[in-house]
Amino acid sequence: MTPIGRRLRSFSRPLPEGRGRRSAPLGAGALRAVAAAVAVEERGAAQRGAGGPWDRAVRRMEPRRNGGGADEKPRRREAENPRRWNGSGTGAGSAAAGPEQCEGGGAACGLRRDSVRKNRPLFPWFGLDIGGTLVKLVYFEPKDITAEEEDEEVENLKNIRKYLTSNVAYGSTGIRDVHLELKDLTLCGRKGNLHFIRFPTHDMPAFIQMGSEKHFSSLHTTLCATGGGAYKFEQDFLTMGDLQLRKLDELDCLIKGVLYIDSVGFNGHSECYYFEHPTDTERCQKLPFNLENPYPLLLVNIGSGVSILAVYSKENYRWVTGTSLGGGTFFGLCCLLTGCSTFEEAMEMASHGDSTKVDKLVRDIYGGDYERFGLPGWAVASSFGNMMSKEKRESVSKEDLAKATLITITNNIGSIARMCALNENINRVVFVGNFLRINTISMRLLAYALDYWSKGQLKALFLEHEGYFGAVGALLELLDSA
Amino acid sequence: MHIHLHTDEAGRGAGLAFKMAERGGRGSGGHGSLDKSITLPPDEIFRNLENAKRFAIDIGGSLTKLAYYSTVQHKVARVRSFDHSGKDIENEPLYEISVQEEITARLHFIKFENNYIETCLDFIKDHLVNTETQVIKATGGGAYKFKDLIEKKLGLKVDKEDVMTCLIKGCNFLLRNIPHEVFAYQKDSDTEFRFQTNHPNIFPYLLVNIGSGVSIVKVESEDKFEWIGGSSIGGGTFWGLGALLTKTKKFDELLQLASKGQHTNVDMLVKDVYGGACQTLGLSGNLIASSFGKSTTADKEFSKEDMAKSLLHMISNDIGQLACLYAKLHNLDKIYFGGFFIRGHPVTMRTITFSINFFSKGEVQALFLRHEGYLGAIGAFLKGAEQDNPNQYSWGENYAGSSGLMSTSPDVYPMQRTRSGTFDMFEMDRLERPLVNLPLLKDPSTYIPDTVDLTDDAMARKYWLTCFEEALDGVAKRAAASQPDSVDAPERAEKFRQKYWNKLQTLRQQPFAYGTLTVRSLLDTREHCLNEFNFPDPYSKVKQKENGIALKCFQSVIESLDSLGWEERQFALVKGLLAGNVFDWGAKAVSDVLECEPQFGFEEAKSKLQERPWLEDSYSQWLERLKGPPHKCALIFADNSGIDIILGVFPFVRELLSRGTEVILACNSGPALNDVTYSESLIVAERIAAMDPVIQSALKEEKLLLVQTGSSSPCLDLRYNDFVCVLKYLSHPSQKCLSWMTISNHTSRFSRLDKGLAVLVRERKTDLVIIEGMGRAIHTNYYAALKCESLKLAVIKNSWLADRLGGKIFSVIFKYEVPCK
Repeated sequence: MTPIGRRLRSFSRPLPEGRGRRSAPLGAGALRAVAAAVAVEERGAAQRGAGGPWDRAVRRMEPRRNGGGADEKPRRREAENPRRWNGSGTGAGSAAAGPEQCEGGGAACGLRRDSVRKNRPLFPWFGLDIGGTLVKLVYFEPKDITAEEEDEEVENLKNIRKYLTSNVAYGSTGIRDVHLELKDLTLCGRKGNLHFIRFPTHDMPAFIQMGSEKHFSSLHTTLCATGGGAYKFEQDFLTMGDLQLRKLDELDCLIKGVLYIDSVGFNGHSECYYFEHPTDTERCQKLPFNLENPYPLLLVNIGSGVSILAVYSKENYRWVTGTSLGGGTFFGLCCLLTGCSTFEEAMEMASHGDSTKVDKLVRDIYGGDYERFGLPGWAVASSFGNMMSKEKRESVSKEDLAKATLITITNNIGSIARMCALNENINRVVFVGNFLRINTISMRLLAYALDYWSKGQLKALFLEHEGYFGAVGALLELLDSA
Repeated sequence: MHIHLHTDEAGRGAGLAFKMAERGGRGSGGHGSLDKSITLPPDEIFRNLENAKRFAIDIGGSLTKLAYYSTVQHKVARVRSFDHSGKDIENEPLYEISVQEEITARLHFIKFENNYIETCLDFIKDHLVNTETQVIKATGGGAYKFKDLIEKKLGLKVDKEDVMTCLIKGCNFLLRNIPHEVFAYQKDSDTEFRFQTNHPNIFPYLLVNIGSGVSIVKVESEDKFEWIGGSSIGGGTFWGLGALLTKTKKFDELLQLASKGQHTNVDMLVKDVYGGACQTLGLSGNLIASSFGKSTTADKEFSKEDMAKSLLHMISNDIGQLACLYAKLHNLDKIYFGGFFIRGHPVTMRTITFSINFFSKGEVQALFLRHEGYLGAIGAFLKGAEQDNPNQYSWGENYAGSSGLMSTSPDVYPMQRTRSGTFDMFEMDRLERPLVNLPLLKDPSTYIPDTVDLTDDAMARKYWLTCFEEALDGVAKRAAASQPDSVDAPERAEKFRQKYWNKLQTLRQQPFAYGTLTVRSLLDTREHCLNEFNFPDPYSKVKQKENGIALKCFQSVIESLDSLGWEERQFALVKGLLAGNVFDWGAKAVSDVLECEPQFGFEEAKSKLQERPWLEDSYSQWLERLKGPPHKCALIFADNSGIDIILGVFPFVRELLSRGTEVILACNSGPALNDVTYSESLIVAERIAAMDPVIQSALKEEKLLLVQTGSSSPCLDLRYNDFVCVLKYLSHPSQKCLSWMTISNHTSRFSRLDKGLAVLVRERKTDLVIIEGMGRAIHTNYYAALKCESLKLAVIKNSWLADRLGGKIFSVIFKYEVPCK
């Protein structure tokens, strides 16, 4: 092993045991958690400008803080905020979870009986992963509720359950990925369904506001949260929602979530899959992969940025590296290049584009393969290389640009992942993260690139629940702690 | 019509028929100001085309680099010994001086914008004579595009060479030949450029070439290299994507934008994700979590500058990360970066360096090359010149003919000094002998000859630049006077003065232009400039006269020494050596005295010397040592002509010989100031031998050997002692009594005995090295550690330096060192 390798490996440490994690030292864990971070030397550069979603979120937050005051009960502002979570979504949703009902049930708070507990945390069971761009929320809906239990269930708990399970969209931005729902899951002795919900991080203040209005704090549940936002919004949860977050290490959660979901499977199907014949467009097909003996594996989490972890066992893993060129970069560049405003839009455009008009390929330079280096003619020599020419800039479509952006980011992640796999001597690479959502192009390209450049030595694996593992891990921490 | 050269050259007569489209050109600027384009006739750029051959061209996306090999006729000073047998020697000079033509090889490299290619080819065609060249080697992406044009214009067949092979060949060539080629870039340091000492072993290394894409190549030896990877995110991505995002078309303009932008407006930082918790968590909140992560919206405008900066960070970081991953996989710790993306751009070098430090945690070093832009052209040239075996020679940068590294200070760069329309030149002269290390160096890999790094030491830099400026008029005058028979000598002397003046001004602004700035490099640059204008030896006449005078005193000096007791004699010898060293025309304090007091002699010099205890005084230890067994062999590096060599060094040598110590006396091969040259030393030795039986028998028995250092510098780099030619002294002069004293055609009393200094030093079991003079023992080698005993002595003839060392002018350095066992 190289000296670098030795040194890096020495960083690996077993996970802290059980309950200790509540107060787990944040230093090491948090540093690893800055998985995607990449260097810049300018320090103290003030964040300027306004208008981005981020700023929007901050701005929206400010008046509430000022208006409501830190200690006062937050004011209701739903009318002013059309994009609110519990705003005019589906009719059923708003009817079921109106703030009035929630407030009305407020009197019943704190009357729950011990019979529910049985060494389990109180319902509702949530796991929250607050990323840079998206918030991932998993919710366990108990299906084995007895009549007695139903009677005892406090009003606002019931409201939450009904609101979440009877809707597929919340406000204009919250979405439940119904197709990912895990049915008949047994968790802590309870049977139920696991729901997967996501919404943009810039709507976090609205979410907290809603929690506050539904008197979530009165449920005396612990809200387990991971991701950078667990820190960023901790104070808001406390002041606006009267909620104490339990902050969890995001890498711990990620791995825990992956291992758990893979072990329970996807409603009888395999959670993990791969692409057979990734280099052959005709024969390429998605096939289940048995991840029963997963170690060692390289886990590549592609969110806004990318983290790469080498996992040697459930408790022994190490952050290898990260790159700032991730899903956020794809989406951000697409917005700038094409004027699109949603990830879906960007993906849709990409799927209709031709990146070879934008990129300079090996064959554009050498007329064919560059045999001396074993480079095939189709390989990209320079991403966006054709855009150096004015004429070519004028002849490409937005779709071409979106596709090229997608290919550039994907190839780069593949390349870094491949190098890490080689350096770590690991040949299974599992790609997760919301960048891969509705993104077969990237998945197949990753599969292809890993297979091609490693001459079949490396295998790219994917998981159905793409970006939800951190949130699942957070939920599992909640249950473990009980 | 102008072409603009970003050298400090002054224009030499306008009006040459050179038609060239003027693009964004500016007129000629006045002298004194830097960073301007100066109108220059093209024959100042494409120099020595008359004998040019072995053309090579590297055409990149925007810049063309042309290379050729040519021969330069140099004037060299020769001294000719008379046959004095039976003649009255009283009224004749000791020897004759003449100036001869010598032909040396030179490599020319010129870099210019692709737009000029046609005009440049025309010019070359018109001025190309005497060439048997049929083929031009071509490399680079543009070689294909311009193939027909080149073939048509030059009538040469274009022979294409692989880009990467050329790059590597060029890189190896530079790493081997040019000291201070490599530098690390440090943004926050006083010296942005941290030049690296050439390591004897340059392999293995990683070359990351960032063109439109990125190629990562592992180089293991001269001929063995492997493409181990690459990335499509490179300079083309910056340019292409940057053009789309900012509507800015030019690469340099994009960089200019980037240097003014705030990437934090566009990038999602860790602190954006973690909020204010970063500090309490000990996280570095300024790290980028997601490049362009804040631009995920359609309803916000981002500034061009911010986007360009973000893009630059994204690409630089990515390249740095991949380079580190490859370096780790292949266990390499040196990464050289090249390609148009770098091209000396400070903002790029900064981000790449930061990225490498970050991802490797400081274990890998990002290194850049001063002549990075020429790698391909050098490589292509070498491919075409294999018959001439350029690799078997050593080549040195000609400071007079090279542009040097451009300014990178943000206010000057890059817009003020537009790259477009500028020509950049790089010339290398062939050194006739291979370079080797003196085997007596304790650790050649850490040996740094120069005592003060003037790039680092701003105060010293200011002083020395002024010092050289002030001495310049005198040097120019001396140069003109050295060639009284030449009509154009005053004109050439003025050109020399102007050129060196401009070099000094360049160095004031850009001390890093030619690598680490040192007193040695300032002296060497002056020698190069003097040679450029055919003043091979401005002090030849002074030296001739002083040698003659000193020789006349030799016998009386010896007699008075012999009359002393042993201990007094040892002190007198050392004092004589030091007094001799006062006679240094390179020191202004001395030259002023010598100019106006022609009678200033040996005794006067002795009286100027500082009394003991000296500024650095280990004389007592030396005396103790002399009481012990004699040294086996002493290697002496001599300094000045005249009194220094004849009345200082030779008596000292004579004493050593008498003790039974063999002596190797090393003198410069070529002239520098009034330093004694090898050929002069031969004549002097011959004449002393005629007077002194000790010297005579020592020469006969080869106990005294005269060698040349291969250098023409007033300083001494012990790593680069050339192959030396040792002449054997014959008892009886041969028939050809009047023969030129040159290396190949030597004087009558010596016959050739070829041997490298390194071999000689080992053979004779050299156990004492004596280095004499300010240039060799103070400006250089003051801290040099040797494997054997050493004696460094000099008189400080410069009040500033004396002051710095804590003494006064004419303070004495007597540093006797014994290596710790």
